[in-house]
Amino acid sequence: MLKCIRKFFFVWDFEKEEKWLNEMAAQGLALHSIGFGKYYFEECTPGEYEIRLELLKNLPSHPQSESYLKFLESTGVEHVGSYMRWVYLRRRTANDGEFNLFSDLDSRISHVNRILTMVCIIFISELMVFVSNLGMAIMHNRMINYVVTGIILACVSLLGYATFRLWRIRKRLKQDRQIHE
Amino acid sequence: MPTQALTEAVYYILLSLLEPLHGYGIMQRAAELSNGRVKLAAGTLYGALTTLLEKGYISSVDEDPSNRQKRYIITNTGREVLKNELARLHELVKNGDMLLNDEGNDS
Repeated sequence: MLKCIRKFFFVWDFEKEEKWLNEMAAQGLALHSIGFGKYYFEECTPGEYEIRLELLKNLPSHPQSESYLKFLESTGVEHVGSYMRWVYLRRRTANDGEFNLFSDLDSRISHVNRILTMVCIIFISELMVFVSNLGMAIMHNRMINYVVTGIILACVSLLGYATFRLWRIRKRLKQDRQIHE
Repeated sequence: MPTQALTEAVYYILLSLLEPLHGYGIMQRAAELSNGRVKLAAGTLYGALTTLLEKGYISSVDEDPSNRQKRYIITNTGREVLKNELARLHELVKNGDMLLNDEGNDS
């Protein structure tokens, strides 16, 4: 029987999300499938599965993604769900040690780059929404406009912070790449 | 051909592909060759295989009849690249041995 848990993560909180899903797996609940803001779990032996999230280059239905997911499957990785370009993957721990999707700095950098680009685009568009809303608020001088602008400002700040963090992660990886492979 | 260094992942992929293998087989072979030190992750391996195919260092041979997975093998170009890399590695080891061991003898 599947257990459904409703939980919300911002797209840029993928690390927290991944950590939470792995904690659930460690407790004996393996991610089985996902819905909008819903996670379905099935019972498993505690620690039987490890979960990883990846942002693909294309939507999962794209031929390139399909061939990639098929390849992953052949190495024992199950594709349990998707949200836009994000895919949720799991693998049995018993296989070959820790489940990682990337084993060198270059591929990790390119994954971080992909996420950074996406977050950056959302950040810039949200920033433009903020500016136009602020303009409206000043023009009409109505309470409701200020409230909406405030909410948008909160989002913009979160996105700005997320962009900054990803940029720092990338910087650290690139620094490592200067001396290591 | 300029002798540019290969990444460790590519080096072990090419070495593994002296015989036809599918993706998971490459991961196992690389781990076996390096006594478990080199663990090629699936995402990294897939990216490397795609590039190596495009460069013509490897080619896909057939599907493993037992599980219908694509198998790959090294090409002649790939062999050349591997030989150059081996020569480069020999040079690295030779110089390292010479200088580091000399230092050890001096002190």
